Amino acid sequence: MTDTRVEAGTRPPRLGESAPRPDGTPKVAGSFAFSSDLWHDRMLWGGTLRSPHPSARIRSIDIGPAVALAGVHAVLTAADVPGSPTYGLEHSDQPVLASDVVRYEGEPVAVVAADHPATVRRALEAIVVDYEPTDPLVDPLQAEAADPIHPDGNLIRRIHLRHGDQGAVGEVQVEGTYEVGMQDQAFLGPESGLAVPAEDGGVDLFVATQWLHVDRDQVAACLGLEPERVRLTLAGVGGAFGAREDLSLHVHLCLLALHTGRPVKMVYSREESFHGHVHRHPARMWYRHHADRDGRLVRVEARLVLDGGAYASSSSAVIANATCFAAGPYRVPSADIDGAVVRTNNPPCGAMRGFGAVQTCFAHEAQMDRLADALGMDPVELRRRNVLATGDRLVTGQVIVGTAPVAEVLDACAEHPSAAALAADPMSLPGGAGRTADAGHVRRGEAVALGFKNLLFSEGFDDSSAAVCRIEDGVATVTCACAEVGQGFVTLAQQIAREVLGVSEVLLAPAETATVGSAGSTSASRQTWMSGGAVQAACEEVRHRLLRRVAESYGVDVDELVLADDRVVSLGGDFEADLTAVTTVPVEAEVEFHHAPTQPLDEDGQGDAHVSFAFAAHRAIVDVDPDLGLVKVVELTTSQDVGRVLNPLQAVGQLEGGAAQGVGLAVMEEVQVQDGRIRNASFTDYLIPTALDMPPVEVAALIEQPEPGAPFGAKGIGEPPSISSTAAVVAAIRHATGLDLERAPVRPADIALAEARP
Amino acid sequence: MTIARTLDDACAALAEHPQARLLAGGTDLMVGVNRGQVGLDHVVVLDRVDELRAWHRTGDDLLLGAGLTYADLGRGDLPGLLPALAQAARTVGSPQIRNAGTLGGNLATASPAGDTLPVLAALDATVLLRSATGSRELPLAGFVTGVKQNALEPDELIEAVRVPVLDGPQEFLKVGTRNAMVISVVSLALVVDRGGRGVRVGLGSVAPVPLRAAEAEAHLADHVGWDDGSPPAPDAVDRFVELVAGAARPIDDHRGSADYRRHAVGVLARRALHRAFPGGDR
Amino acid sequence: MSADPYVLRVNGRDHEVPDAHLGESLLWVLRERLGLPGSKNACEEGECGSCSVQVDGELVCSCLVLAASAVGREVITIEGLAPDGELADVQRAFVEAGAVQCGFCTPGLLMAVDTLLDADPSPDELTVREAISGNLCRCTGYGRILAAVEIAADLRREAS
Repeated sequence: MTDTRVEAGTRPPRLGESAPRPDGTPKVAGSFAFSSDLWHDRMLWGGTLRSPHPSARIRSIDIGPAVALAGVHAVLTAADVPGSPTYGLEHSDQPVLASDVVRYEGEPVAVVAADHPATVRRALEAIVVDYEPTDPLVDPLQAEAADPIHPDGNLIRRIHLRHGDQGAVGEVQVEGTYEVGMQDQAFLGPESGLAVPAEDGGVDLFVATQWLHVDRDQVAACLGLEPERVRLTLAGVGGAFGAREDLSLHVHLCLLALHTGRPVKMVYSREESFHGHVHRHPARMWYRHHADRDGRLVRVEARLVLDGGAYASSSSAVIANATCFAAGPYRVPSADIDGAVVRTNNPPCGAMRGFGAVQTCFAHEAQMDRLADALGMDPVELRRRNVLATGDRLVTGQVIVGTAPVAEVLDACAEHPSAAALAADPMSLPGGAGRTADAGHVRRGEAVALGFKNLLFSEGFDDSSAAVCRIEDGVATVTCACAEVGQGFVTLAQQIAREVLGVSEVLLAPAETATVGSAGSTSASRQTWMSGGAVQAACEEVRHRLLRRVAESYGVDVDELVLADDRVVSLGGDFEADLTAVTTVPVEAEVEFHHAPTQPLDEDGQGDAHVSFAFAAHRAIVDVDPDLGLVKVVELTTSQDVGRVLNPLQAVGQLEGGAAQGVGLAVMEEVQVQDGRIRNASFTDYLIPTALDMPPVEVAALIEQPEPGAPFGAKGIGEPPSISSTAAVVAAIRHATGLDLERAPVRPADIALAEARP
Repeated sequence: MTIARTLDDACAALAEHPQARLLAGGTDLMVGVNRGQVGLDHVVVLDRVDELRAWHRTGDDLLLGAGLTYADLGRGDLPGLLPALAQAARTVGSPQIRNAGTLGGNLATASPAGDTLPVLAALDATVLLRSATGSRELPLAGFVTGVKQNALEPDELIEAVRVPVLDGPQEFLKVGTRNAMVISVVSLALVVDRGGRGVRVGLGSVAPVPLRAAEAEAHLADHVGWDDGSPPAPDAVDRFVELVAGAARPIDDHRGSADYRRHAVGVLARRALHRAFPGGDR
Repeated sequence: MSADPYVLRVNGRDHEVPDAHLGESLLWVLRERLGLPGSKNACEEGECGSCSVQVDGELVCSCLVLAASAVGREVITIEGLAPDGELADVQRAFVEAGAVQCGFCTPGLLMAVDTLLDADPSPDELTVREAISGNLCRCTGYGRILAAVEIAADLRREAS
């Protein structure tokens, strides 16, 4: 296991060391203020009335009985939305409150503010909505042919990617149809926030989110206010994983606060949270791989259909990733990949860690194993013969110019020794506390999977982050609107400032829209690169200005001056000043950092659409009880292309945590939707791994090849752990059972009732 | 609200407030309260009634206070006397739930997935009910009357559960799709009564109420080597498994299909039997 | 329906709870009436452990405790784990080991680990995993948490 203990020295940790989180102490003390902890004098409680139907016309809404209840201060419907009636990340297609039609179960119809949550509940029950239920469109395969359920139509986006010789045929072909179920981000901290009406007619919103500025713009448009009058401040975020990229209660809270003239707080229940945010897109994926007899890939054909649910959210970007990375991190000279994401009356789907790539990795890795089987070749060797490297071309035609140590990642993982012995205690066997298996019932399987994904936003999106650095009285203050959602950007920002400025004390200003420009989203593994880059650039600008000022004041050569250990010193040793003394007059700089530009995809899905890529491998060892279909993941080994490790402790935390979400998708996590309705909207029935489910994660290697163009050479590391982990676990179950298992999550019946079991 | 200190307190409060809700560990009731689905007019709090949190032996029986928590069922001498009940209790929820939730609560909730219920069924447990006006004792099948339905009158509470002390191994196995903190998809308790030369099987999550596999039990009684403890012959085991699976009346729901449950309960039957009579066919 | 005012003993102090509704959970009262929001609300059905507190020394989900029924009990919350203002051993260990990411599950986990180490100063790994199996964490995959428990156990043994 990588040694990740926090350095015990007195010197503040710099880049590359395991600096402790600045928010660690308040978080362990219980004093860190999460969005659900906020409180305000004269505060009211808000609540949301949601559609019980996946598809219905609204004939009428009678709020009268609710308004009449004592303690109720506001009951608002679509008619009370003063600005844009809709919002959306990429397409403004989702109503703030439904007016004439509801398109998914749980769609907000009305909102209430009252003096106590119990009053809110009574008021919501008192609202009378006359629905005329209509047949829901729930089969994504029927969506394109069906009558449109939204004015924007049922096809959200199609990319038909064609690359290389379309007549290419491989001597060996394997085919399969794969399916990935709907996963929930299942962050622990429920959606929550506090809106406070302001004297200027605007509103201050304290909310847990991934992207303050894009929220601000959407909220302002719906409120009909200038963006300056809507001020967002990041409240403590209890995990995100993509689910906080879309608006949830933001506009509702502001409407209620502005309407009542009082602060309003809202906290979703867990059940409501399942209805209140987007999920990972379920996917159906048909594949045909062509290879020559030596196992070299010749061509990949694929048909991908992703269920976007009722509204677009980030579906356009999800299908782009699914399509661009559908062939996996391999050299594929010819490809025909058709990816479509469609609209249905199922719950809306959008961003979740590794989006698009998670689904197709599950399929392309199953195909690679199937191909190895057809060729009679070791599956790791087959991958080794095809892995991408710098200079290779993706199926989008883009040449990888950055680092691509795919072979190194694969070998480090596949060749790492395993420590997993067969357990004796049934508690540690499949079935766990239910003690259903003895060692003799168990079959062991092992498999390796490889995955990759783009870092940062793609397809010509003008992606930037802004940061302000200020140094005064020897203390640096960094201001950045980057949403800290648990990933540890706050730690990194301090490390970067210390590294650049040689200063011990670095303060972090609150993340808010009023004081600094957009940091972009905490998603797409982008904040280390983008906001890390912005902080670096701002600090460098401050250093530059400060040293120039010192040089001018003291008559020394600026090129001779360096900042280190809270001092300004000259290299020759003839000048030295205390940092505090030379910063009584502050120095400040704001920088907007941009990554290298990208291009849109053309009509054949070709183009230099992505900035950079990161690769990871997982090896899973599983024990399977074939008779009951229960699985215990015994060990996960991983290696990852990270560019450069900036904080080993946080890096390992990302690798372990991301892998846990992959394990969950492999063996237990699925939002079960039947006829458009979620059947398991609770933590009783939507299961995520416990400490008895999650195996040790062995980090075989963090491959450090600095990425050109990336600040400090560091690649984002958040998403790759979630990509190949699911594929590896399911492949290991296939290895143990000999079953095809074309669907994730693998359910007990998929194994226990399978007919073809040898 | 009444915080009862004695059984008489509790019964008196119930007599006075027939609409009152009984609160023991709160692990079921409070879920409904938090969701706004259960309104509370009056609550009779039972967790400080010492009589309820005790157990004692009377002859060949054990009287288990309804207020024993799941954690209590795994402490002291109880696991030795009632190993299947202790094992079932260990699979309930989380450590937090096991510290609070009670045997009586599991009975009163009467969920088809209640983890102790198949064990109580296999043990032929009876349920002692008490009110201000008297007490009565019902067999388990008479107490659990349907999905989340029980025979409690508004003024009654569960005082205790009577189970026999048996000579012979006891097994409990539970299938869930997670290794801990999971509602059972199917569960099975197997209790051997050497003295009575019988094997009793209780099934959970395969019917609206906990079931006994009576035919399977009758079949097995003739195939166990009672004198030397030898296991049944392989074909007798197969027949036993078939009869257990046949006794199940499962449904499809979001936790598992009826087909899977029928299959799995057979697998559990085979494994429980093997653990109880090692050496034979798995 | 309103309940009579009552007094809860939390972290060694008596707290008057006026104007309470009868159906309020201990979690709600701690967070919204007593100004102790350290215990977290992630599911309110006993499935996540984020709200874990000690009541008379036993680890329970405060969301499933009817607040008014806890009168006369000794309730310890995350805010009371280190009453003197210094971090307790388990808290220091969590920071040091990197067991904290978003931190939402952290208070509940700390209460669970503190309870475990009181009962068993040298738990083996399976014991630890079972003891924290009622505390869901979505960020860490539990690896750093297990590392933190080892550190905390060391610290507690050294101190005793």
